[in-house]
Order: sequence, then structure tokens, then C-alpha cells
Amino acid sequence: MDAILLQILNGLDKGSAYALIALGLTLIFGTLGVVNFAHGALFMIGAFCAVTVQRLLSLSYEVVDETQKDFLGNPLKVKTSYVESWFGPEMGGAIIDWAVPIAIIFAIPIMILIGFVMERGLIKHFYKREHADQILVTFGLAIVLQEVIKYFYGANPIQTASPEALSGVANVGALFGTEIFYPVWRIVYFFFSVVIIGGIFSFLQFTTFGMVVRAGMADRETVGLLGINIDRRFTIMFGIAAAVAGLAGVMYTPINSPNYHMGMDFLVLSFVVVVVGGMGSLPGAVLAGFMLGILEAFASMNEVKSILPGIDQIIIYVVAIIILLTRPRGLMGRKGVMEE
Amino acid sequence: MFGLDNKDTRMLLVVAVLTLCAPFILNPFPTDSAMAQFNAGYPDLMQRFVIFGIFAIGFNILFGLTGYLSFGHAAFLGVGSYSAVWMFKLLSMNVVPAILLSVVISGLFALLIGFVSLRRSGIYFSILTLAFAQMSFNLAYSVLTPITNGETGLQLTLDDPRILGVSATADGSIPVTSLFGLEMRSTFEMAVGPWAFQFNAGYYLCALILLAAFYLSIRIFRSPFGMMLRAVKSNQQRMNYTGLNTKPYTLAAFVISGMYAGLAGGLMASMDPLAGAERMQWTASGEVVLMTILGGAGTLIGPVLGAGFIKYFENIFSKINDHVLHGWFSFMPDGLEDFVVFIIHPFIGKGWHLTLGILFMLVVVFLPGGLVEGGQRIAKWVKGRKNKDDSTSATKTPAE
Amino acid sequence: MSKSAFSRRGVLKSGALAGTGLALPTIFTASSAAAFTNDPTGSSVTLGFNVPQTGPYADEGADELRAYQLAVEHLNGGGDGGMMNTFSSKELQGNGILGKEVKFVTGDTQTKSDAARASAKSMIEKDGAVMITGGSSSGVAIAVQGLCQEAGVIFMAGLTHSNDTTGKDKKANGFRHFFNGYMSGAALAPVLKNLYGTDRNAYHLTADYTWGWTQEESIAAATEALGWNTVEKVRTPLAATDFSSYIAPVLNSGADVLVLNHYGGNMVNSLTNAVQFGLREKVVNGKNFEIVVPLYSRLMAKGAGANVKGIHGSTNWHWSLQDEGSQAFVRSFGTKYGFPPSQAAHTVYCQTLLYADAVQRAGSFNPCAVVEALEDYEFDGLGNGKTLYRGEDHQCFKDVLVVRGKENPTSEFDLLEVVEVTPAAQVTYPADHPMFAGGALGSCNSGA
Repeated sequence: MDAILLQILNGLDKGSAYALIALGLTLIFGTLGVVNFAHGALFMIGAFCAVTVQRLLSLSYEVVDETQKDFLGNPLKVKTSYVESWFGPEMGGAIIDWAVPIAIIFAIPIMILIGFVMERGLIKHFYKREHADQILVTFGLAIVLQEVIKYFYGANPIQTASPEALSGVANVGALFGTEIFYPVWRIVYFFFSVVIIGGIFSFLQFTTFGMVVRAGMADRETVGLLGINIDRRFTIMFGIAAAVAGLAGVMYTPINSPNYHMGMDFLVLSFVVVVVGGMGSLPGAVLAGFMLGILEAFASMNEVKSILPGIDQIIIYVVAIIILLTRPRGLMGRKGVMEE
Repeated sequence: MFGLDNKDTRMLLVVAVLTLCAPFILNPFPTDSAMAQFNAGYPDLMQRFVIFGIFAIGFNILFGLTGYLSFGHAAFLGVGSYSAVWMFKLLSMNVVPAILLSVVISGLFALLIGFVSLRRSGIYFSILTLAFAQMSFNLAYSVLTPITNGETGLQLTLDDPRILGVSATADGSIPVTSLFGLEMRSTFEMAVGPWAFQFNAGYYLCALILLAAFYLSIRIFRSPFGMMLRAVKSNQQRMNYTGLNTKPYTLAAFVISGMYAGLAGGLMASMDPLAGAERMQWTASGEVVLMTILGGAGTLIGPVLGAGFIKYFENIFSKINDHVLHGWFSFMPDGLEDFVVFIIHPFIGKGWHLTLGILFMLVVVFLPGGLVEGGQRIAKWVKGRKNKDDSTSATKTPAE
Repeated sequence: MSKSAFSRRGVLKSGALAGTGLALPTIFTASSAAAFTNDPTGSSVTLGFNVPQTGPYADEGADELRAYQLAVEHLNGGGDGGMMNTFSSKELQGNGILGKEVKFVTGDTQTKSDAARASAKSMIEKDGAVMITGGSSSGVAIAVQGLCQEAGVIFMAGLTHSNDTTGKDKKANGFRHFFNGYMSGAALAPVLKNLYGTDRNAYHLTADYTWGWTQEESIAAATEALGWNTVEKVRTPLAATDFSSYIAPVLNSGADVLVLNHYGGNMVNSLTNAVQFGLREKVVNGKNFEIVVPLYSRLMAKGAGANVKGIHGSTNWHWSLQDEGSQAFVRSFGTKYGFPPSQAAHTVYCQTLLYADAVQRAGSFNPCAVVEALEDYEFDGLGNGKTLYRGEDHQCFKDVLVVRGKENPTSEFDLLEVVEVTPAAQVTYPADHPMFAGGALGSCNSGA
């Protein structure tokens, strides 16, 4: 029983990353009708925002220490970070420790800006073009973004730790009267994604802006005929989608050390999630994200693997095939969206 | 000629001349010159050009005609390769049975996947094909290792039970693939002054098969069947309303293009008897999509151009390193030389992906019809210069 | 510049009637005019360095490339000579190989068998390379080794740890300096016994492909011989990035040791996840829970950051070794590039030197002569103590390092500390050991 609860928890936690990325993808699909292969790259850039903030905070000056030697036998250069020398070791250390949460503040404007530039500078010109062209141009863009990051940060993963206070494990089983230990940061990640998803939904549901965007998603032309500048709103939505992907990336860094190709690793999976959820459906994307996360977690249990060897390798695809064959437009897809 | 109209005959002849003279065309620089780095006329790369050309032509029969975007075509290439290598291991080193088997097996595999996937259209179809291909890849990499040899890839060994042939040659090596005794790897080298041209038996086999595949694709494009597929692309619903069941047509197109992919896979294994699981990964499927769009989807020659373009960058640009750069620019003053090398450095060697990504974007932004449109624009410009007076009469040629 | 190595073609040119096309069969054909594939007849010889330059192992590939360039520099008499000065064989004079200047070409394996073979083929067919070396995964190494056997050139493997490279997939033209899964197990077992006792329950997480399996088999066999019990062996998909769902069940399995048979990005993530789940603070069966990473890579361990502290594993070589050879290598590498070399850099540098020395001793570039010179060759001074290139399987037998993640690193390179140097005798196995059975070297192929 504990094992099952643990895997459900694990699935929710995995699913939250899928759901966040899929949510952004669907926003772009739904509003702009663009197949954005660069969405994974946005997730990756978000993660590297955290890396950059961490590096900036630990920028340091070097003092030559004659008593110690480096690997070549020369005097060792001891590094002290500026932050620590300004705020004192304790406060400075705490600031560096909290680099990832601090990165959120920086990542939001940066990601929105990147989103705007991408939409205005490139994607805008592809609204009327074929999906194939959109795929080619966004794929090209994804490669370029990825290679630029690789040029500056290298190919190896870079560790970006969570704050000391939020690492370690917590006993979530206490709620059910058992003992289930789960990493604190992963629980934080889950609640973070719930907040973001809730925020996006209420924004679309309860604001005038959101209402117009929803109307535009349903029937862009009519809304345009009403004299509403839907394009500007869609640009803003692109920025928001980019920010969601970026935030998902920032918060993901302590879970797994980011590297330059992490976006591509998530890309295929997030497309599967979006399509399983149904094209153009935001709740569908979120639901599919969590569902696939949980199924993936169950498939990796030894008990399941002993019955169906290798099932954890293909579970996502098996589920995708079953759902698409039984429900023509995924879980909650709208008719006529990306069907031609 | 061959049941083609004049324009198509001309195009087939152009392709024939280009492929058959490729060893000359691709080696324009003398072997000892600094520019020889850009020579692509060595057997392996020439083989890859035509093999991926065949793959892309096949993909285009499905995508260019029906508009169905398969994101799992690499699976058929992989299955073709595995079948061919197994044929070498079990039956004989002759490439004919291997290629035949790979076409048949991948055709059957395509029939199965196509039958299921074609129940959906649009992006739902794409994801279904992607899911099947990724499943094949993941299983081939791990669980199916007894059949596929997993990570390492299926290779020939010294103790293969080859029914028609020997397990190992007299001197203790693994026998090589051949066409009725003509070794696929045998190469004749011709030296003309400072140039060296390589003529490889395997390449010419691939080239002849490419020509046949290209001819078949022209016939399909021009046939009533091709017209029907185009009608599916422009409006499937209307077709259905006329009471016509389009599925047999699309399925036929899917299977044909799967067989092309299998043929490409079989040829790859025939040139180099190894079959790896990576050939089925989604990135490999994505590559053929990119080749086709880059060259010009729906055009006859475009996919071949796209395939050549990507393979050229992969194999030539990745081999340029800083040493080579310094060699090229050594005539410059020291400071300037270092500066130029510094500027170019991010785009070559390990940065070849970056160059490729930038070129993707440039092509799709400035040449909406792909490389074919670029060619047309150049042709038009040349024409326009030739007869400046009646340049207005130059009509836009359709992208085929 | 690396293009002027076309000595073979130089001969063709001089022999050809100027202007007329003279066809000569070359390279792969049996009736070749040349004595062997890519016989360097001019004033230089070309080596092919085939490393991952894109993809997840690009940084390791870059480090290998640095070491290759250093080796070429030293062979041609430049720099401070590095390990050429400490190498037991004094044949190399710093005037190239057999008096020919060493030139090189580079290529990108992308860590894919196909791309690696394409790249190696272009080096052989286009650039006239007489030896191919490199690689940073076993799949690629085995694929390229097979190609080199067919083409008739020597393959000096880079970083490849699978038993199969010199086991069931061994080839006469291929040589491996790096250690393997069996050696990791044999080296680690006594150390683990001293540290953790003989009554332990091990849980294996294994990357689900050939290398992972051979390592799991080796480590399980070595630890079971100590009296350890293997609780579970779980296979994880190669494409997995988040290992949490595989780590979570460990908590309740009753195991008190977790063995991570992962490499590269997989290792970084699975180790990070294991630490996240608090495994290191756990006490099971009255004992502290321990994690073991049998194959360590310092470059990759950096990605796991503080999580590697106190975790044991094995490695082929480490820059902090104090012997003369290692010191010389670290000095010349560090002076040139500003940071210490990785084990991948070390193994490929050694391989280049060993190849050059073998050619020098054989007096010929003919692959068969080189094979003969390398087989059962004993040497010293390359950082791993006395080493033997065994003739039966072309595997090097040398000391293996057991290392531990350092608690208080003094710099960003100072991640691991050497716990023990396991002597070669302890990691030596008979050539017909069952884990290595099933293949045959075949006979050397010179392409002639």
C-alpha cells in the first residue's frame, strides 16, 4: 500500500513537469496555431536562468594563498564570492543558497521578453505558413538556442542545488498514518505547478483579457472582426507561455542537474502529452500530464516490470496509442483543431 | 521516354547524369589543396547521399502527396537494416536477397502501423506514428537485444551460420557484402593531374537503385493514383462525401513510402553491414522530415537535395577543426588570422549543429518552397538576364 | 594542412601518366597495389581522432581531443614531451613516427554507432588515416572497432568500459587501454568489504543496454563472492532522465547498499535522485545505507556536485596520482590548457603514444606488424604502473583506482580522492573467463 501511495506521489511530481510544459505548448497551439518545436528550448533556457543566477551570485575574486598548492604546484588561488564579502559569510551564504528561488524573479521578465522577441521577430511571420514550415523554423531555432547555451555552459550537466532548508526528505505518510518519506523540493515543485496552473486558468477564466483570448482561441476571425486587436493579446499569451515553460525549468534544476539538451529530452514527451490531452484543450493537457506521470511511475515498479518486462520503456507510447485509438481527439480535444 | 513527358524526362536525365558523375562533381578541388576539405566525393558519403535520397523520396510520396506527416518513418529504415543484416548472417553475403527481404519486411511493418495510424489524421496521426517508432526504438535498444544486439548494433561475427557461403574467409576475416561476387566496397581510383576520383561499386549500385526509385516516384506523382492522393491532401472530407473511401489510397501510399525506407535501410546495411537502434530514434525520423521540407515538400527533386544538404553538413563541417582553419588563413597576419579563426570557430567542428540550425531558419524564412525554390529563383534570374527584353513573359514554374 | 598526408595519392600521381586517367584499385580491394590500407609513403602520417563533439558526451570528447593534440605535439617534438620522457620504451625520438611528421584529422561520433562509422570511414577513405582512435561509449567503440577490422586499419579504443569490447566483440585490429566492468568489480569488492562488511544487501539500478548489463553482472558476481546478497536488479531505460520512480522502491526493499550501474548523464541524475530521497541518511538493518557508483568519471561527477561526497567507485586514472608519469602528463596538459586532464584524456593520450611506439618498434605502419608489436607488450611509466597489453584479447592489464567523492574539495577539479590502488594481479582474469567468452579475435587485417 505504501509503495502504491509512493508511486502516486511520484507520478504527480513527474506529471507536474509534463503538465507545465504541455500547458505552455497548448496555449501556443490554441492561440496562435503554431507547432512550436522550440518550446523545449524555452524550458531549457529557464533552467539556465537558474544556473546563471547561481553563477552571478557566486561570482568571486581570487586571493593567492601561498600556503596551499594547486594541481600544478603553483600557489592556490582561493576564491571568495562578492556576495559573501558584501553581506558577510552568513547572509551571503544564505543568498547563494537560495539562488534557485531567487532566479524565479529574474526568469519571469527574461522569459517574457524572450517570448515577445520570438513571437514578434520570427513566429509572427509563420501564422499563415504550413505546419511543416513552422516545424522546420522552430526546430532550427531550438537547435540554435541549444547550441548557444552549449557554447557558453558546456555539454555536461551543471549542478544547481535547492536551498538547504528545502532539501532533505519529509514524511508525507503522516497524513495517512504511515511513513512515506519524500524529497521536500519535489513536493515544492508539485505545489508550485499547481499554483501556476491554477493561476493560468483563473487568468483565462476570470479576467476580460482572458475572456477575449478564449474567444480568440475558439474563433479568431470573428473576434478580429469585432475590432479587437487579438494579435497583441496573442503576443502576450506567447510571452506567458514562454514564462510558464521557463519557470518550470527554473524549478526543475535542483531535481536534475540541467544540461543543454534537456529541452529536447522533454520535447517529444510533451508533444505526446498535449496530443493525448487533446489539441486545443488546456484542461486536457494538464490532465494528460498528470495521468502519464502516474502511469509512468507505476510502470517502473518491479512488480509490474516482472509481469511485463520493459513496459517502463514504452508505457507512455502504449497509453498514447490506446487513447488516440479509442478517443479520436485525445482526452478533451476540440473538433477540427490540427486535424487536417 | 519511359512513359514520361518531356519535362520529366529531362529531369530524370539530369538526375541520372548528376548521380553517375557524382565522383567528379563532388570532388571539385585538387586533393592537396586547402579546399579539399570540402570534397565530398568519397564512397561512404556518396553512398549516404543517395541512400538518404531514396529515403526522402519515399517519405515525400506520403507527405508531399497526401499531407500526412509521419514522425516515425525511421522505424521502417531500421527494420530494413535489421532484416538485411540478418540475411547476411543467415543466408548469404549477396546483397540481392538482403535488399529484397528488407523491402518486404518493412512493407509488412508499414502495413501494420499504417493500418492503425491512418485511422486518425493531422497531428493525431503524427503522434501515433511517433509512438510506434519510439516503441520500436526503445525495445530494440534493450528488451529485444537478442534480435537487435541493442546498443552495439547488429554486426556480423566470425561464427555466423551462413547457409550459402562461408562463416569466415580463409584468412580468418568476415566475408564482405557483394553483388554476385562484385564486392560492394571495391573502389577504383582515378588520378587526373592533382585530382583523385573514387569510383565505388556499392555507390553505383545505390545510384542505379536511386534512379529506379526516382523514376517510380515520378510515375506515381503523374499517375491517377497520385492525383487521388493529392485530392486527399486538398480536401479529404469532400472526397469522403463523394462516397469514396480514401483509406486504401492513403494506406497504399504509406506502405510504398515505408518500403522505400526499408530499401534505404537495406542498402545502408549492404554498404556497411551494421544495423543500430539509433536509426529508429525520433531524431532520425525528424531528420527525414527536415530533409523533405528543407528541399521542398511535394516536389520531386527537393527531398533528394535536402538529404544531400543535411548529410553534407553532418559529414564535412563536423570535420573542420581549428587546425584546418589556421591552415586556411595562415596567409593572414598573425593577429588577424587568430581573429578570423576565433570568429569562425563556433560554427565548425563541434558547432556544426549551430550552422545547420541557422541554415534551416534562413532557408525556411527566405525560401518558402525550400531549396527547390532557391534553384528556381536562380534559374529565373539567369533567364531574366538572358532575355531582359521580355522578362515579363517568364512564368512561374510550378514547384516540380 | 592536415590534408597534405596523401602520400598514397602522391605515388599515384607520380606514377600516373599525366593527364590520362589511370585506374588503380585501392583501399578495400584485395588486389591492392599498396602493401596495406593507407600506407603512408610521403613525409607525414595521418591519424584519425574520432570523438563525440555534439550530444551529451561533447565535453568528454573535447577533453579527449585536447589530449590527442598534446600527444601529436609531443610526438612531433614540441612541448615538454609529457609522458614520452617517463615511458619505459625509449624508441620515440620526438621526430614524428618513423621520421614521418604526425598529422591528424578529427570527426564527430555524436555518440551514435552510425555517425561514428560514417566519420571513421571518411577518415579512412578521404583523409588516408592509418589509425583511428577515440570514442566515449562502448556501443560506438565496438561499432568502429568492427569497421577498422574490415578496412584494415588499427583501432585504439578510447573510453569504453564494457566487457564486450575485448570480450565477445573483440577484434584483432582493436586495442583497449581503458579498464572494464570486470576490473571495476574486482577492484571495488575488497574495498567494499573493508568498509561495509560482508553482510550486505545490494540493490542494483542498471542502464538497460549492453554496457549496463555487463557491469551489473561483474559487480554482482564480485560482491556476491564477498557474501553480499543481491536483493534486486532493476533495469532503467536509457532515455530516463528522472530516476525517482526507480529510487523510491529502494526505500522499502530491505536493501542497505544501492549500486548505480549508470554512466554519464544517467549517473548524474540517478545519484542526484538517490541523495534527494535521503538514502544516505537512512539506516537499514542497523547499518548506514551506502551508495556505490562502480564507474566514476570526474567530468560527469561535477554535474552531481556535492552529492558525490563519500561515494565510492572506480576509475582508470586520476590526475592526483603521484607517480612520475602521471605528474609529467598533468604538468604538460595543465600548462597548456589550464586545468587537469580527465581519465578520458589520459587513456587516449596513452593510446596514441602506445600506437606510435609500436609502429616505431615494428619499423612499419603495417597493421599486422603493429598488432604483433603490441601483443603481449609490457610497459611502464604511463601513469598506471606496470602494464601488459595481453595478446589473447588486446586488453591492458594494469592497476585500477578505487576512488571516493572528496568531502572538502579545494578546487572545482578536486572532486575525487584515491582510496586504494588495486594491483593489476588482482584484476587480472583468464582470457576465457565466461564474462568475456563468445567472440574471437580473428586474424589481423592490413587491407592488403
